[in-house]
Amino acid sequence: MFDFAVVTQWIDEGLRSSMPEFAALAIEFVLAGVVILTAYAVIALALIYVERKICAFFQCRIGPNRVGKYGIIQSIADMVKMLIKEIIPINHIDKFLFFLAPFIVVLASLLSFGAIPFAKGLHAIDFNVGILYMLAVSSLGVLGILLAGWSSNNKFSMIGAMRSGAQMISYELSIGMSLLTMVVFAGTMQLSTIVEKQADTWFIFSGHIPAFIAFVIYLIAGHAETNRGPFDLPEAESELTAGYHTEYSGIQFGFFYLAEYLNMFIVSAIATTVFLGGWMPFHIPGWEGFNEVMDYIPSILWFFGKIGVVVFLGLWVRWTFPRLRIDQLLRLEWKYLLPLNMINLLIMVLIVLFGWHF
Amino acid sequence: MEIKDKIISLLPDAVITEGQYLTATIPSDKLHESVKRLRYDEETWFDYLMSLTGYDDGANLGVVYYLSSSRFPQNVLVVKTFTSEREDAQLFSISDIYETANLNEREVFGLMGIRFINHPDMRKLFLRNEWVGFPLRKDYNADPAINPINIESNPESDVLTKLTFTHEGVVESEEKIFEDDEYVVNIGPQHPATHGVLHFRVSLNGEIVKKIDLNCGYIHRGIEKLAESMTYPQILHMTDRLDYLSAHINRHALCMCIENALQLEVPPRAQYIRTMMDELTRVASHLLGWACMCMDMGALTAFIYGMRDREIILDMFEETCGGRLITNYNVIGGVMADLHPNFLQRVRDFIPYMRKMLKEYHQVFTGNVIARERMLGIGLLSKEEAISYGVTGPSGRASGFRCDVRKVAPYAAYDKVKFNEVVREEGDTYARYVIRLDEIVESLNILEQLIETIPDGEIAAKTKAIIRLPEGDFYSRVEAARGEFGVYISSKGDKTPYRVKFRSPSMTLVGVVDKLTRGEKIADLIAIGGSLDYVVPDIDR
Repeated sequence: MFDFAVVTQWIDEGLRSSMPEFAALAIEFVLAGVVILTAYAVIALALIYVERKICAFFQCRIGPNRVGKYGIIQSIADMVKMLIKEIIPINHIDKFLFFLAPFIVVLASLLSFGAIPFAKGLHAIDFNVGILYMLAVSSLGVLGILLAGWSSNNKFSMIGAMRSGAQMISYELSIGMSLLTMVVFAGTMQLSTIVEKQADTWFIFSGHIPAFIAFVIYLIAGHAETNRGPFDLPEAESELTAGYHTEYSGIQFGFFYLAEYLNMFIVSAIATTVFLGGWMPFHIPGWEGFNEVMDYIPSILWFFGKIGVVVFLGLWVRWTFPRLRIDQLLRLEWKYLLPLNMINLLIMVLIVLFGWHF
Repeated sequence: MEIKDKIISLLPDAVITEGQYLTATIPSDKLHESVKRLRYDEETWFDYLMSLTGYDDGANLGVVYYLSSSRFPQNVLVVKTFTSEREDAQLFSISDIYETANLNEREVFGLMGIRFINHPDMRKLFLRNEWVGFPLRKDYNADPAINPINIESNPESDVLTKLTFTHEGVVESEEKIFEDDEYVVNIGPQHPATHGVLHFRVSLNGEIVKKIDLNCGYIHRGIEKLAESMTYPQILHMTDRLDYLSAHINRHALCMCIENALQLEVPPRAQYIRTMMDELTRVASHLLGWACMCMDMGALTAFIYGMRDREIILDMFEETCGGRLITNYNVIGGVMADLHPNFLQRVRDFIPYMRKMLKEYHQVFTGNVIARERMLGIGLLSKEEAISYGVTGPSGRASGFRCDVRKVAPYAAYDKVKFNEVVREEGDTYARYVIRLDEIVESLNILEQLIETIPDGEIAAKTKAIIRLPEGDFYSRVEAARGEFGVYISSKGDKTPYRVKFRSPSMTLVGVVDKLTRGEKIADLIAIGGSLDYVVPDIDR
């Protein structure tokens, strides 16, 4: 299997041999930053296109088909439009917070994006508390949404922001606990080690029923974290026009838009890493020949393929279900998901303690 | 006639005349108690106010009430009252007996300039309070200099005036609509969920709705005023623009009213065609209503499904009528053109297709756990309230009010087909939602019977080149997609009507929103609005 570490090490050695260490490091930081930013934008644009196309097929439509073959550069055209659009000045807003909010949202998603193990050897930041870090930075996004609603001087935005606050804080619990279940199982918080441990069987298979329950809970809660239907109450188009980003225009709105799709990607990426083996190919212990064949598929394809499946699940739900009401949303979390999660965690601890797993 | 004797005994001060319906003219000071007696007497039980119309006969200003009963739906009584005072005309309000009178009396105040004593909220409906003159009066001066177009921002007043009858006479008082520190959100006039330019001022307590103040009139086109200067065939074109989703049915009502007045016999083929078109319009309208309600609740895919199937009906309309939404198909005496040769076959193909699709709708939305949670038990409207608010159509029947005009007073070919009046008892959002899908099934049954038995023959009766209605008042009603649609024409024997009034179902529907949403959440306000399925041009007229 191709290891991206070969490329990164080659660049690293080349730079170090020709310049002092701090300069080499500085160039590497910039390089990594540029690569991540580019990937961020490209993935978001691709996801927008994919979502529009898939939702069109759900709805017996064709979807974008004018710009480029099969409308493939529609998202790029949209991006250009968004970049050159006028930013409409709003009266009586808290200017500093209003302009800060989209950056916080993008920053939060970018920080967690950087810590994703994309493929073998393609992993920018690998903390030993990787999952904790992911949870911490991805929940910063709610701050941006709250600020956007607060500073917009608009009652719809305000209600949207308040809903968002209630929703994010509630579902953060479920995400945390379902991941904690898997941390107990894996015995580590480091993302790279978690992936390595799934070389033989993915956690969703080896972790018994608790792993599966945790996966389902994570999907629900993760979906709620991304503020997408049926959990799109903060922007609830038919109730709050556009919720917290009602007053934003041009690229400021573009930032929220971008972050929404990237959050979808990040949530799927965490699900893939923790439950579905990350970039690890599908292996069945004992079937050597089969495992060999699977290894020929590049790790990056495995990673994006699994993400594609998880994203598709999210889209399917989004385009089928009606929106929840705020009390139902909170009831689902506090009365059903949270108790279930606690019991699930307990069972997982017992399984690990007594060694009942594979 | 028993009922007539009973009414005469109940109304000793009234002048009773016979016409299309029994008419009682009551002096204005006796009106309130007389109507109350009619309303609560066990034998008359006139608990349903069909229509309330202000009129100006040149000397007097007055109001015509069309009363009917939920127990004896065939009985219709016309009550008239008037005042000779023109400067500050005042009549007694009956909004404490019939809730639906609330909005209607505000409309009469705005357009005819009659103030109602003991009305809880005497602001003008449709017009701003600063408007000079009363447009529907015969001596109205329409000079644009009197009411110039205002380009300044002109905020809505937070104060309402009231006239109260006390032992010292009529006292005028002012009252605040909202408290000073209430959190009031404007839903509309530009808002994705109001389906048009309708304006709710919603007072919120967190997510919970405390009170709604309704503002309408943003697309008031004064169709009733315009109609007074048009000949009868010209007025026909206006009705399609009222509730544009039941364009065909509205026009049917006006044609029927004129035909009744002229005592014109409509050929059977035309009757069948009209009935079929009415039912197709109803199916199309219910599909759109279903689709929009799903969209309001966040299910966009369901919206597209509804629009997709409605498209098939619009294609049929296009083939036969030329128009898709505004069909312009009914004329006085019949219909404009014969059916397109493909029409019957297309309807025949459509019926099984639609039945299959309805199953899919139920799978995708009705059975969905989130949808059920959001609709069951939300926005309860009891039967008594539905009658009092004049809520008819699917929304009224969802509360158990048997108000289907097709059954109560059959017209066109409805007495020749078998169908059920779909009635539910719950009166919640779910009942209003599911009753539409059930009515589509009934409409398909009606269509199935009609396409097999449609007779040959003329498609329109001969009419004179210039149509003059005989002197008198005429009223006819049909079951439009959203409820009872009524047309009132008062004629002085000219080729133009003296006064025209359209009793629109959406106006009563929007009047009940405040009642239904108090104490519910914002999300429920949207769902309830979707389940009532009002159309804004039909409210504003």
